[in-house]
Amino acid sequence: MDQELILELPNDVRSIEHAVEYVMRHCSTCCDRARRFNLNFRVGLTEALSNAMLYGNASDPQKRVRVEVTVRMEEVAVRVTDEGVGFDPALVPDPTLPANLSKSGGRGIFLMKALMDEVRFNDQGNSVTLVLRLQGEAEA
Amino acid sequence: MAFRVSKSDDVTVIDVEGQLIVGNRQELKQKVLDELENGAHRFVVNFSETGYIDSSGLGVLVSLSKKIREQEGELRLASLNEDLRTLFELTKLDTLFTIADSREEALEGL
Repeated sequence: MDQELILELPNDVRSIEHAVEYVMRHCSTCCDRARRFNLNFRVGLTEALSNAMLYGNASDPQKRVRVEVTVRMEEVAVRVTDEGVGFDPALVPDPTLPANLSKSGGRGIFLMKALMDEVRFNDQGNSVTLVLRLQGEAEA
Repeated sequence: MAFRVSKSDDVTVIDVEGQLIVGNRQELKQKVLDELENGAHRFVVNFSETGYIDSSGLGVLVSLSKKIREQEGELRLASLNEDLRTLFELTKLDTLFTIADSREEALEGL
């Protein structure tokens, strides 16, 4: 049976760590032993929230971020939506290229894509869905 | 979450107690910049009590490394757990930093 959780967060990066831990606890019944869940989902969600607050909502304290989590037997999915105008994720350069390696920013979307099984943006670019599959997870 | 600053000879050691993420990265940055301003040049950031780092945390380390090098200093990282090493390897930042297995190893020859 699906378990769903919906959160509305203030646009404050200081809320991210607590929000991520809350979501992790919500999901823990199905996947707390999986290393990929503990690292990949935690960091992927942190990146999505950070992008939504800093870039999507442009650090505007009046705006909010919506988080929708769905936990199924075989996967955990989270949709993070901001109130910004959106962006084109295809325009974000590869941070691992030698020319970009010493830049301080630009690794958030790369990490999401590297750590999650699916990363889907809506057409507007203000909502991202992250999916991590759990089937076959070893108890690493 | 806290950053504990101490000295080992004339090396500044910063122990990261908790995560290094978007919500606290400025605090680390300010502590290192304050030490640089006071004449420190050699730094070790120790992650033995850190579970994960996000892209903002990685970014602040890149930025600090650059500033320290501009002052002809050096920044080394120590005690990354397996998850942290994975993040550095994915982003290829393991090629940009000197990473030691322990705080003691990081201090050797610095």
